Amino acid sequence: MSSPEQWTHPEPDAAPAATAAKPTAEQVIAGLRATDEGGADLVQLLTPEGERVSHPDFDIDITAEELRGLYRDMVLIRRVDREANALQRKGQLGIWVPLLGQEAAQIGAGRAMRQTDMAFPSYREHGIAWTRGINPTELLGIFRGTDQGTWDPVEKRFHPYTIVIGNQVLNAAGYAMGQKFDGKVGDDEGEATMCFFGDGATSQGDVHEGFVWAAVYDAPLVFFCQNNQWAISEPTERQSRLPLYQRARGYGFPGIRVDGNDVLATLAVTKWALDECRHGNGPILIEAFTYRMDAHTTSDDPTRYRLSDELEMWKLKDPIERVKVYLVRQQWADSSFFESVEADAEKLGEELREFCTNMPDPPAERIFSNVYAEGSPALDAQRDEFLDYVSGFAGGEH
Amino acid sequence: MAAPTMDRSTAAAPASPQTLTISKALNMGLRAAMEANPKVIMMGEDIGKLGGVFRITDGLQKDFGEQRVLDTPLAESGIIGTAVGLAIRGYRPVCEIQFDGFIFPGFDQIVSQVAKLHYRTQGKIKMPIVIRVPFGGGIGAVEHHSESPESYFAHTAGLKVVSCSNPADAYWMIQQAIDCDDPVLFFEPKRRYYEKGEVDTTVTPGKLFESRVLRPGTDATLVAYGPMVRTALDAANAAAEDGTSLEVIDLRTLSPLDLGPVFESVRRTGRLVVVSEAPSESSIASEIAAKVQQECFYSLQAPVLRVTGFDTPYPPSKLEEEFLPDLDRVLHAVDRSLAW
Repeated sequence: MSSPEQWTHPEPDAAPAATAAKPTAEQVIAGLRATDEGGADLVQLLTPEGERVSHPDFDIDITAEELRGLYRDMVLIRRVDREANALQRKGQLGIWVPLLGQEAAQIGAGRAMRQTDMAFPSYREHGIAWTRGINPTELLGIFRGTDQGTWDPVEKRFHPYTIVIGNQVLNAAGYAMGQKFDGKVGDDEGEATMCFFGDGATSQGDVHEGFVWAAVYDAPLVFFCQNNQWAISEPTERQSRLPLYQRARGYGFPGIRVDGNDVLATLAVTKWALDECRHGNGPILIEAFTYRMDAHTTSDDPTRYRLSDELEMWKLKDPIERVKVYLVRQQWADSSFFESVEADAEKLGEELREFCTNMPDPPAERIFSNVYAEGSPALDAQRDEFLDYVSGFAGGEH
Repeated sequence: MAAPTMDRSTAAAPASPQTLTISKALNMGLRAAMEANPKVIMMGEDIGKLGGVFRITDGLQKDFGEQRVLDTPLAESGIIGTAVGLAIRGYRPVCEIQFDGFIFPGFDQIVSQVAKLHYRTQGKIKMPIVIRVPFGGGIGAVEHHSESPESYFAHTAGLKVVSCSNPADAYWMIQQAIDCDDPVLFFEPKRRYYEKGEVDTTVTPGKLFESRVLRPGTDATLVAYGPMVRTALDAANAAAEDGTSLEVIDLRTLSPLDLGPVFESVRRTGRLVVVSEAPSESSIASEIAAKVQQECFYSLQAPVLRVTGFDTPYPPSKLEEEFLPDLDRVLHAVDRSLAW
């Protein structure tokens, strides 16, 4: 990593230095290279071609069974994602938020967590939800409009999806402070918290405040930024001059950029970061460099703001294909394994379809339920008046 | 949560009742809450060593430590946003917003998370957070230090909003708010911080979300809350000298509103004047006027009148005496109501 002391503003007339594998400080300051992959700073353990490479700081011992598990996770969650996307197209969901392309970032990060760790997601974290043991059917209600997430966030240690960009980062910082105040930090049995957000969120004040708070309270918090290159239509250059992981330095903690399409590297880096946090060396920022291969949501039209060439380029870096290639090359999996994963995916898709199309609408009184923990007489009166009004239509004359 | 409030008289406390300022009563109430429950923590800017710019948390960090009385970074969204996470973790955070006009950086977290998490999770997450806000004008301050933003929060479902007007309520209401499993915006009448009154620390004066008749009367009803309660009582005293009997009701709770005592009063007096420092448009005062005309339509002898701050930003402080409702403006409204 370059240090701030080296950075100087370029002379007004100076031409940018010749492009090398690694951007110069001047190029970074000038905002020229915020989205470059980062050359040697990008942690990668499995190349897009499925070649296992080493890294001086991060490595991982992985068994064939473990890697098959990661592969299966990614295939299944991609199937969930594609099925839900199709359900939206059929009118069964009001909207869907695709994760296509981000499977490795989410499965790698999610599988690095322990049961006792806590996660605060944004709204695209279907893969994290999967690793927390949440049935994908529990995600559907949010997008169908029947509920706002039904899992138990305390039991699953997976906070509700947060839709206001960046809010959850401060909530996670507070939770991690609580872990520290509770004396749950300091050794290998310690707890840690993970917070998920995107490249767009890094412009939000709440994210910056979260960096400040977690730093000054030494909170056991891993900031996991999935830089998928696009905040709806705005590229990362619109959010930052600096590669995002380098921001951590200014707040006083490490920032690491990992190949977010490499499930092994993401798993290795996140495990390390969580362990650092549980031992009391948090917080840490991880930037998972990845790509949103589908639209922002089913309401979005990416053809208005990005070239299909870009997507084609990223397809060559697909997070699942490289693992498949490696599994085959290592002879860690045969065709029967891949067929069984495909069959599981097909079954999961069917279950999701079946569940979704049979979801009942909530009853009218749900509007009023649980606004307060201790109730409100005024609201009770409003509810009773409305339900009385509704019951006037009973009998079918309306 | 079971309410342990009633047994909070500590052995070390001086004899009750005692004469205290609102500020000291709040300080003692916060101390009692921290003693009663180790999960109660204080968060805010300058609340530790300094004891807060109004000294409401004076001495608490010394006695309870830096992990329970947090001098936070200077960021209101950070204060509220981290309080949310701490509440999920099982703490009962009491956040101090230094001045009313500084709450807005935290507004997003209050409205989007604090107010909605219980509803979003259908009760699986509770938000037992108290947000203390010194509010209102009359202290000769610069801009952003004299505002009355309570209506924003009363308008937001999921929040509860209260305001104390005297030392006994200050002592008890802050403890009741901390005991409440819902988030409570606690508005403190900063210009009355140093007014004195009797506080009995052994007997709780009533529930948190209840209005109270402070002075019975027969000719018209005055409703006020927070700093305007003193103004309303002064107006009632002055009116009595002229032979007019005014009933004075302290709202105490702004959301949910407890208007039963107001309806009962208006049905007797037929006249209502609502007094508040906040601008009148779409305000607590407006809501009271709407509800009273709905519930007391045939009892009203005159329209509900509002005596409030004007629909302007808070003015430079040399003009605040004109901006803020005072005894004369209240009595002028009472005269109009009586003459209707």
